[in-house]
Amino acid sequence: MITLNVLKVGKVGIVSCSGEAIPEGTLSRLACRKVLDELRPDQTVTICLPLFIAGGTEERNFARDFPTITVDGCEKQCARKSTEKLSGKPGKSLLIPEILSRHGIAKPVNLRNLRPEEKATAQVVAEEIARAVDEILKK
Amino acid sequence: MSRETRKVVVIPCSGIGKVYGALARETVYELMERVRPGVVVTTCLPLLMIDDPEALQLITGNPVITIDGCPSGCAHKNVETHGIKVALTCQAINFYKAHKELKPGGIAELDENGRKLAAVAADELAHTVDELAQGEVEK
Ligand code: SF4
Ligand code: SF4
Repeated sequence: MITLNVLKVGKVGIVSCSGEAIPEGTLSRLACRKVLDELRPDQTVTICLPLFIAGGTEERNFARDFPTITVDGCEKQCARKSTEKLSGKPGKSLLIPEILSRHGIAKPVNLRNLRPEEKATAQVVAEEIARAVDEILKK
Repeated sequence: MSRETRKVVVIPCSGIGKVYGALARETVYELMERVRPGVVVTTCLPLLMIDDPEALQLITGNPVITIDGCPSGCAHKNVETHGIKVALTCQAINFYKAHKELKPGGIAELDENGRKLAAVAADELAHTVDELAQGEVEK
């Protein structure tokens, strides 16, 4: 099914958890935007996560229409769980703390006005997401 | 019964693709960190989508203000889905309509005008926050 979708639209849906209250949520958002705007602009689309509740059928079909990568800022995994429950099973689910620990990078501490090293971390996370996009598109 | 200061929960909408979503979030950070620290608190909106008990307790036990980035109204709809009436719901674009000299730009991160507008909006919301914080609390 995922393959059919990819053939049809050639795009991967990115769903970030948004995480307003946790620095890793900010990191998730920034990294996802980097992928959408800079790293894979022609291969990715996104949706505001809470539209799965507030939107209509079109929004709720997002994870059925696109193979989807969820990106979560913490173990609560709001993006993965909400997408699974309200839209469709994600093609891949990424967790910021796991990415940081794989790269031996310290957790961010700021909710906004990220420091230069936190922005560098967003780039590392974005590159992981971009690799996941490539993997899905290769399938 | 006695009057004492309550927490006021201010929830932005989680917008990831729109400047007014970013403005909503920045306004909440201004309230939390500069204008009414210790009184204004927030939660990740997606926690409400997964019925997180702590997040539900927070919005059940305290007055809630929502700030939405577009007419989809994700923040207030996600709160109201849980049967909670928000004390005030705002649309971030109205902050701009009231201060046309500050046209916000940027999506992942707001530009200078956006940051200034968020600061002004937070100052203007302070009065409502104070009123809501002065609720009657059982002792
Ligand atoms: S996964 Fe964690 S950081 Fe992201 S929205 Fe949920 S609670 Fe917030
Ligand atoms: S209210 Fe609009 S900008 Fe905010 S999360 Fe919903 S769709 Fe996105």
